[in-house]
Order: sequence, then C-alpha cells, then structure tokens
Amino acid sequence: MAARVHAAIRPGHRATLTLDGVSRRYPNGTVALDGASLHVAAGEFVALLGPSGCGKSTLLRLVAGLDRPDQGTITWDTPPRLGFVFQDPTLLPWATAIENVRLPLRLHRAPGQIARATAALAQVGLAGFEGARPRELSGGMRMRVSIARALATDPGVLLMDEPFAALDEFTRHTLQHDLRQQQAGRTVMFVTHSVYEAAYLATRVVLMSARPGRIVATLDSPVPDGPGRRLSPAYTAFVGAITHGLTPANATPV
Amino acid sequence: MRAAPVLLGVLALLVWEGAVRLWHVPAYLVPGPVAIGAAFGADAPLLLRSLVSTLTVALLALILSGVLGVALAGAIATSRWARAAILPWAIVLQVTPIVAIAPLIIVWLDDPFAALVVCATIVAFFPIFSNTAAGLAGAAPELLDLFRLHGASRWQTLVLLRVPAAIPGFLAGLRISGGLALVGAVVAEFVAGSGGFASGLAFRIVEAGYRLQIPRMFAALVLLSLAGIVIDTGLAAMQTRLLRRFG
Repeated sequence: MAARVHAAIRPGHRATLTLDGVSRRYPNGTVALDGASLHVAAGEFVALLGPSGCGKSTLLRLVAGLDRPDQGTITWDTPPRLGFVFQDPTLLPWATAIENVRLPLRLHRAPGQIARATAALAQVGLAGFEGARPRELSGGMRMRVSIARALATDPGVLLMDEPFAALDEFTRHTLQHDLRQQQAGRTVMFVTHSVYEAAYLATRVVLMSARPGRIVATLDSPVPDGPGRRLSPAYTAFVGAITHGLTPANATPV
Repeated sequence: MRAAPVLLGVLALLVWEGAVRLWHVPAYLVPGPVAIGAAFGADAPLLLRSLVSTLTVALLALILSGVLGVALAGAIATSRWARAAILPWAIVLQVTPIVAIAPLIIVWLDDPFAALVVCATIVAFFPIFSNTAAGLAGAAPELLDLFRLHGASRWQTLVLLRVPAAIPGFLAGLRISGGLALVGAVVAEFVAGSGGFASGLAFRIVEAGYRLQIPRMFAALVLLSLAGIVIDTGLAAMQTRLLRRFG
C-alpha cells in the first residue's frame, strides 16, 4: 500500500498535453470555449491571454479535470501530477501556513509531510512563517503560501488562474520574478489578462478572443533568459507583437 | 465603561423604589425592589430549587439540540436523499408554534420532566441545525475544487474542510439556541404547570400570580432573567474562545 501511494506522487515532469477541438457550452447556451486545439510540450511556460469571457479559465479548469468538455479530447502522454493556483489564495483560514501547505500532501497520504511542507514554504521565501495564520499575512505572502501549497506535491504541471491579478504592482513583479525560479523545468499554464505579465513570464503566449472563446494565435517568445529581462528590447518588441495580435483585425484563427 | 450598565441598573432600582414609596403603590400591583428582595429571602430555598429545575431542563434541551442539530446537519450535508427527506420536516417543526404542540407532548409523554425537555428541544433545535448546515455547505468553491483536484475522499473533505468551516455557524446557532432553550422550558412549564409537574420557575410565576403573591412573582422573574444571562454569557465566552481558533 505504502509503495503504491509513494509511486502515485513520483514527479511526472515529462508530461506533454494535447488539446484537440475542445469545446465547452454551458446549459444557458453560452459557448465558453469553441474548438480549442493546442499542444503543450514538457517544460513550456504557456500564458493564456485574452479579455474576460474568452474561455481561458474554462480551458484551465478543463485541463485540470475540474470540468469536462462537450466536444474534443484532452490527452496527456503520461498522467501528470497537477498543482493549481487560484486567483485568490483560497487558504484554510483556521489553519497555519504550514498546515495549508501540507494539505495536498495529507490528501495524498504522502510520506514526510512536515519536512516537504517546510521545504515548500522556504522555496517561496516564507521560512520562519510556518505558524502564521492567513489573516496575519499580507496579500502577497498569502499568495506565496498558495504557491507553496501547489509546489508541495512537486507537480510536473503547474496551472495558474490569474494568481497575481489582485496584487499591487511591486508585489506582482517580485512574485513574477520568483515564479520563473520556482518553475524549475515544470510545465506551466498561466491564465492572465495582462499583456506585460504574459510577455515577461511565458515562453509561448496563446492569444484568445471572447464570445465564443477561441484560440486566435500563438506567439513564441523572443525574450532571452537572464537578468534585465523586463528592460530588454526583445521584451518591448514582444509586448508590441502581442498587442498587435490582440487587435480584432489580426485575430484570425490559426 | 464596564460599570455603566450596573450604574444604570442601580439608578433604575432607586427610582423604582422611590416611586413605589412616594405614591404608595400597593405591593399586589407593583412591588418595589426591597419587597421583591424580601420575597426572595423568604422563599430562597424553594425558588433556587425551581431555578435549578428550569436550568436543568434548558441545558439538557440545549445539549440534545446540539447533538441532534449537528447530526442532522451532517446528514443533509453528505446525502442529497437525506436533505430532501429531512429539511421540510425540520421547517414544519420550526414554524409550528410550540405553545400549540406542548399540550400534546405533555399528554403523550408520561414523564413530565421528559415532556418539558422535549418541548424545549423542539424550540432550541432549529438555529443550531440550520446554521451548522449552512456552514457545512458554505465552504469556498475553490477549496472544494482543490480537494477534488487532489482526489480527496468524501470523508477527508468533511473532516478537513466542511467541519472546520461550519464551526463559526455552529457557535452562532448554539448561542441563539441557548436563549431559545430557556424560552422553550418556560413555555412548556406554563402549559404543563397545572398538569402536575410543578417545580420550575415559570410554574412559580403562574402559581404566585394565582395567589396574588406579586413580589414572589417578580423574584422568580428576576431569577429567570439571571438564568438567561448566565447561559448567554457562558456561550458567548465559549464562542469567542473557539472563534479565535477557527475563525
């Protein structure tokens, strides 16, 4: 039993994702997502970018298995271990930071829970805050706890739904910077409505349009790795390219 | 600031006593505080025994409502079938006036003490039940998604998420039910009073009323009010302490 459970939480870093003609309609007739096809290779950082109502959160929930498509298929080449970060930190208000981070490990009955949760908290820069309650932490720190909770199971795939949208500019920049360090070879799918955030974080940006929600283009990032990323000419050019791609005249299906 | 209610109370008592003496109001209409104190002094053992009796009924009813309320709230939170079956009947019980049911219960149950406890439980049950049920169902949807994502069992979701999320609601319900348990005990005693089981404070009030022993009636009323204050203060202190842990 123990061996099987342990195998179930082994890192699955090489998972590749394929979406083929995925659609989702809600009972009221709204087409949240219309025929989305996308291939995500292991280790990619994919930003899903578009206005509200373009189905980017729906897409993420479908990938997470929290919702089922009406049409199309979502396939992984190997079953991935998923981490999910919501727009709000959504912590248990009665539990300490370490207990919140430990939660998914408890649900999986994983071994070494305290040690792994402590390590995950340290990874997001919150060593020493193990005993803090969510209400004693700032918004940025709460989001860090939420990210630590997603990292605690060492997921191969990290799904993030506008995690930094409610934070101030300074905190957001810090957390964006840290996220690039925390990625550590994982596949990341990151929903955002910020062109700048997508351009800074992603290796590939998937542009989406609303009503019905569709993928209209994907753009590979020309921005080089390393410090000064936000100030590089390639970054500025990429922001321009994304903005150009989002104007309706250029939003033709790929 | 803490002394303010005490000061106002003392002032009111002084004015009351003064007014009664000034206008020579007879004690069988409105007794002054001194006369009420004297009535209590004369009948202290009897009245205190009545206080214990009423408090016992109210506390037993509160405990029973807590156990039943939590159990049934848990049932409707975990099973849609139980929800459909239980909820309408809980509401029927809640909207039917206890004064109308009490005579039936007193007739049906041989033991008058049990009848009082059942009546008070019917009155006190609903707030604990509905608040706990709302808390169990009110966990954040994202947290439920998180539990689902990590393959949580129904039991894990209940213990690690729904139960802690329900504690503030349960405590709020418990505090409302504490007051209602006393109300239920008093109403049941009023109805049962002439039926034989005669020991509670509410019965003393009825009895003193019949005999025109108005100061004693007031003394019993004061004790009843004190009992209510004690129950509410105790539950409020418990609520504060537990909310610091689970809020």
